[in-house]
Amino acid sequence: MADPMKIRATLQGDTVEVRVLMQHEMETGQRKDAAGKTIPAWHIQQVTATNNGKTVLSAQWGPAVSKNPFLSFKFKGGAKGDKVQITWTDNKGDKRTDEVAVS
Amino acid sequence: MDQRRRKALQTGAGLGTLGALVAVGLISPGDAHAQDWKAAFETRSLPDTIKALGGATAAESKDIIITAPDIAENGAVVPVAVVSAIPKTESISILIEKNPTLLAASFMIPAGTEPSVGTRVKMGQTSNVFALVKADGKFFVASKEIKVTLGGCGG
Repeated sequence: MADPMKIRATLQGDTVEVRVLMQHEMETGQRKDAAGKTIPAWHIQQVTATNNGKTVLSAQWGPAVSKNPFLSFKFKGGAKGDKVQITWTDNKGDKRTDEVAVS
Repeated sequence: MDQRRRKALQTGAGLGTLGALVAVGLISPGDAHAQDWKAAFETRSLPDTIKALGGATAAESKDIIITAPDIAENGAVVPVAVVSAIPKTESISILIEKNPTLLAASFMIPAGTEPSVGTRVKMGQTSNVFALVKADGKFFVASKEIKVTLGGCGG
């Protein structure tokens, strides 16, 4: 299981700003190791964000997203105490979900 | 890979040429429902990617703002943020022209979510970065050149 994400969700006026820092190698499949063998691609493919169960953002990622990816987005209709949940799935089928309350 | 098309894209003076390529019908209208993400991430040119995402043409738009550095010291971590002022924005995609995989990320924007996303991407070399926005079924595009002094894709 991968390391936990750092998520921050803050209410500003009527908008919730979410900032996520995920822990993932994001290997492109282009690099070679010291022995000259290609390191297989290993990257997050899908990210889904929900607020109290309602999807507020979904994303499809390729290997060009940086290592330990950062994501920020904003949505309306959130309130203090709402549960923002982020889930990612990588190309090996590994998953991680983390949750934070809007502050 | 079609080397001629690649060359045409590289020598073209940015978006004007790309728009023209799209307009003269190098690509045909795609099926909006047949979105195959794997195929989309394997595309090698902007018109191909638009097609894989279910569009036909993309109009240049000044309502899309790409926030990114002009010069990125480290190509492995290039912060890119895209804000779309186009009403009914449904999705925002970030494309990097000279990367081995053109499409970097694609974000679906449901109603209620602001068309504003930020992330960090890898860039192999100095390249144009495109922000492709789908709004109300139509595609719009904006571009920005980011100079990379140290590539992020090499070993």
